[in-house]
Amino acid sequence: MAEPRLIEISPVTRVEGHGKVTIHLDANNQVDEARLHIVEFRGFERFIRGRLLWEVPVIVQRLCGICPVSHHLAAAKAMDVICGVDDLPPTAEKMRRLMHYGQVMQSHVLHFFHLAAPDLLFGFGAPAEKRNIFEVIKENPELGRRAIAMRKFGQDIIEATAGKKIHGTGAIPGGINRNLPVPARDAFLAVIDEMCLWAQDALALARRYTQEHDHLVAEFASFPSNHMSLVRDSDGALDLYHGKLRALNAVGGTIFEKLDYARYHEVLVEDVRPWSYMKFPFIKELGPEKGWYRVGPLARMNTVSFIDTPLANAALAELKQETSGAPNNSTLVNHWARMIEVLHCVEKIRELLHDPDLQGTDLRATGQRREEGTGVIEAPRGNLIHHYKVDENDTVTYCNLIVSTTHNNEGMNRAVKDVAVKHLSGQERITEGMLNHVEVAIRAYDPCLSCATHALGQMPLQIELFDADGGLLDSRQRSA
Amino acid sequence: MLVIGYGNAGRGDDGLGPAFAERILAAGVQDCAVDIDYQLTVDHALQVAGASTVVFVDAMIGVEGPFRFSPVRADKAADLTSHSLQPEAVLTLAEMLYDAAPEAFVLGIAGASFGEVAEGLSGPARRNLGQAEAFFLDWVRARPATTGAVMTDA
Repeated sequence: MAEPRLIEISPVTRVEGHGKVTIHLDANNQVDEARLHIVEFRGFERFIRGRLLWEVPVIVQRLCGICPVSHHLAAAKAMDVICGVDDLPPTAEKMRRLMHYGQVMQSHVLHFFHLAAPDLLFGFGAPAEKRNIFEVIKENPELGRRAIAMRKFGQDIIEATAGKKIHGTGAIPGGINRNLPVPARDAFLAVIDEMCLWAQDALALARRYTQEHDHLVAEFASFPSNHMSLVRDSDGALDLYHGKLRALNAVGGTIFEKLDYARYHEVLVEDVRPWSYMKFPFIKELGPEKGWYRVGPLARMNTVSFIDTPLANAALAELKQETSGAPNNSTLVNHWARMIEVLHCVEKIRELLHDPDLQGTDLRATGQRREEGTGVIEAPRGNLIHHYKVDENDTVTYCNLIVSTTHNNEGMNRAVKDVAVKHLSGQERITEGMLNHVEVAIRAYDPCLSCATHALGQMPLQIELFDADGGLLDSRQRSA
Repeated sequence: MLVIGYGNAGRGDDGLGPAFAERILAAGVQDCAVDIDYQLTVDHALQVAGASTVVFVDAMIGVEGPFRFSPVRADKAADLTSHSLQPEAVLTLAEMLYDAAPEAFVLGIAGASFGEVAEGLSGPARRNLGQAEAFFLDWVRARPATTGAVMTDA
């Protein structure tokens, strides 16, 4: 009789940072348990304590090499509150929004074309040497050139608003430290229509993939869950920069509505499990079993009432038709949702570029000092919470961050289990293609594992098989 | 010439690449554009395609001596497992998309302390950085003058 086995995928590839998947097979080769382990930044909240509040929006960008702007803005929003500023001058808020739309756009484009496209174009089970960006470009070089041009456009927006491509200083407590000069505005306007057309093409690609693979999409890591995001306070529209929290259940029922995000700790609990460094948040009133939720592009498409830009809103209506308006619970639909958000960001950038407030000179507000502040933003990967307390010397005494990947921890683990059960159970031999199915499910969430360390010499992937006694049965090392 | 120093200065010696780039910026090397980034991504292919010579500067683990300087070429077998790319992959993209094949080198500077959330370089890393900088400046001075196109994105 076969012995129980443990399969490890370590680290998971084409996600940011390092993760490890362990899959336990029983004696009959049925998947008994599957878990995603994430090596998370554990020292960052401690690292922030003792820092001056003014420097926090800059320092927190060290958290992540992929979405530093999201941390920059979430921290700045929290520090606005501490500085007693509830309403920014229009120029400050619009410059921050421009920065954020540039960030979300370039992050989504990078993920879709570089990391997801190989799986979507060639199939999850295609040979590993085929599933990469070089093969995508070989078949469609124009797609590659467009992706890089769109990514660069977003990066240039970040540089123009934050001051630098990395470690920007644009957002400061209470405002912004620059406006957008007319020549820079005009340079962006010169290409914005092209960006919009390309965004529509990319969206069509993602939509077509989803619709042409409806059976796969319906069964692949598809399971009911709650969904949570910010929505615009006034009307429930998609708002990536600011709003109130809305949570819906798997069929669209309201869990909480227009909740002030400063009260996040009243409705969310961060559960701890002995086998993972990363916490498992859940909605308190529902408990850990029923209260876990997902965030990110698809969750946002599920929670928002509409999108306030016409092209993206029409695309949202098409997506919602797939489930007759009910929340869509299929993990792979995240790719379609991500491209809707790219189009939305391009539309918002165009709208802002035509707004003369971007050339305004009232950049910063002041107010009555407070001791505590929370800033929340919808980052590319989902809801991002920054919460700080400071003392009378402006020194940070408390820091709590809930990043998007942590919100999605339970969802990603369920996705891994779902795919492992469907694609690995009963198999005598585990192939690289089967393991990639598990990774595809994780990659759909575009998890950022908070690690920009990448020094030359590190090993990209190791897979190990262990028997029930912990003995190594097989080992595989992937270098590409 | 284009120098790209990359790494995360918030992760100890992983910040060696940016620290080197800052020093080269301060040195004001003629005809040398400098870029600093967290990591190499696909859009660096466009930047690299506009340069005649590219030097990728990163922290390195397991290198003998203070640094290693070696030529690098496009390689389709390069690691593609993350948002972050290796120099070989960036050069491959530049070749495939823009028909560009700049002369390229990797300068790997040995680090000792990685993974912790910490600013600042370790003592050994600082010493290695100084030696790598001195070597690079000598190397640049010894090279014949070039007139290749340079993109600035620092």
